[in-house]
Amino acid sequence: MSTISRDEVARVAALARIDLREDEVDRLAGELDVIVDSIARVNEVATPDVPATSHPLPMTNVFREDVPVPALPVADVLAAAPDAQDGRFAVPQILGEE
Amino acid sequence: MTDLTRLSAARLAETLAAGEASSVEATRAHLDRIAAVEGDVHAFLHVSSEDALATAADVDARRAAGEELHPLAGVPIAVKDVVVTQGMPSTAGSKILEGWIPPYDATLVEKIRAAGLPILGKTNMDEFAMGSSTEHSAYGNSHNPWDLERTPGGSGGGSAAAVAAFEAPLAIGTDTGGSIRQPGAVTGTVGVKPTYGGVSRYGLIAMASSLDQAGPVTRTVLDSALLHELIGGHDPRDSTSIPEPLPALVAAARQGALGDLSGLRVGVVTQLQGDGYQPGVLARFQESLELLTTAGAEVVEVSCPSFESALAAYYLIMPAEASSNLAKFDGMRFGLRVEPEDGPITAERVMAATRGAGFGDEVKRRVILGTYALSAGYYDAYYGSAQKVRTLIQRDFAAAFGQADVLVSPTAPTTAFRLGEKLDDPLAMYLNDVATIPANLAGVPGISVPNGLSDDGLPVGFQILAPAKADDRLYRVGAALEAALESTWGGPLLDRAPELG
Repeated sequence: MSTISRDEVARVAALARIDLREDEVDRLAGELDVIVDSIARVNEVATPDVPATSHPLPMTNVFREDVPVPALPVADVLAAAPDAQDGRFAVPQILGEE
Repeated sequence: MTDLTRLSAARLAETLAAGEASSVEATRAHLDRIAAVEGDVHAFLHVSSEDALATAADVDARRAAGEELHPLAGVPIAVKDVVVTQGMPSTAGSKILEGWIPPYDATLVEKIRAAGLPILGKTNMDEFAMGSSTEHSAYGNSHNPWDLERTPGGSGGGSAAAVAAFEAPLAIGTDTGGSIRQPGAVTGTVGVKPTYGGVSRYGLIAMASSLDQAGPVTRTVLDSALLHELIGGHDPRDSTSIPEPLPALVAAARQGALGDLSGLRVGVVTQLQGDGYQPGVLARFQESLELLTTAGAEVVEVSCPSFESALAAYYLIMPAEASSNLAKFDGMRFGLRVEPEDGPITAERVMAATRGAGFGDEVKRRVILGTYALSAGYYDAYYGSAQKVRTLIQRDFAAAFGQADVLVSPTAPTTAFRLGEKLDDPLAMYLNDVATIPANLAGVPGISVPNGLSDDGLPVGFQILAPAKADDRLYRVGAALEAALESTWGGPLLDRAPELG
């Protein structure tokens, strides 16, 4: 039995900006149950008194001197882009699409 | 003349330093070997012959001029395709990066180039390092040199297969849940996941930033120590890298090889054996424990009950972090761009079309899973709860390292599985990493050392774990075990691998 519906998968895929085919939505709806099983398992031991660990080693913020260093050459970066124009990335229409 | 491809990196380095062979000869020998066996193994996504030979010629000229060189100068190396290399394709096994040429080097690649190691090419892997078999590579799977019908493990199966097939003496891997150690185990090679932060992550195409770590893939423990010392150390460009210097790893490997482990306590983790482990894997494990005892170590049993929740926590944390890291592949600045077949051509619709076309099944699965786990209303219950399990695992490690200097287990529960066998069953695939994942969640270092063949004639690995920043213990114990095993076998395990080609 699938606890995560097709609609839920389609909603999350839209959030993740991934076009899925109908057959992919069907398949993922079944496979995402793994996360429900995982959370059940984790909640057996993750009691309120246990603090969360976000990072394997204790860390503090790292500062550096504010010294300018050369950036990557613009031409090299744009050479690897799908499209470029006037020294910038050229992208499809980004405004007024709603 | 000696076959230069059969030498360990340490032995090849000595041969080059003594002037008995040139780096150009060594590099050509490996390129010839690649040409001869790649049809069988498919360890490489890209072979960079010209670049490698140019580096080799440069090293030879500098050596001839009497220049002081790095000990590994002139020894060829292969680099996993998830590590960016300037001027050399870096796809991470994904169609979304097909044809992308990075404009910069990862820090560890800068170090490799500065030391004069010719880079033979980029090795195959599961797409974005998501998998345990290389079957999720967008460019076809690699094959295990021990049995071409089986996987070389993953995600770094290409690096492990290249080293096992004598296509390279050294390779770079990355390990998020076992992607260096598990391929090492199933190909009869050595693989090391350093302490988290021990090797710079700058220039690694990230999967799960709190778990990812680059490390050595080699045929001997000493070779891993040599490579680890080269690529490790603090990097100001990775704010999670450890500021203190590395412990003396090569010295630890040389000391360990002398075979005396007197006073060392070895902890066998109760939860990392038993059900689900092949009998042959467990038998080799017991024999290795006896060898460690003979070398003077004391074996104790330690219990780490929260390790049983590690896999579940990992499969919440890893997709959550991956979904965030992979957001950068949007068709705007690098790699593939796909326009929707119909409707308006807007940036948002191009992103979705690009990611739908450019990501493979496993990547889509994990990104969707991670997005779900991080979406509004679920974050605390999912990602937050999984992070609590990390705390429990760290506490178990701390208690266990109070009773033992190193912890040990089989590296993987089974030998190499057949290609296709687990492809349609993600959960069965994930179980391969059950013994390796706790180290990633806690940030502690681990090594896999080949410790024999199972009943099916395939290699088995022995995992050693040490406390954070005590990577030297891996090398001391690993080298001692390797020396004891090779003296019982009368030579390296890979001497028993079938001839290829």
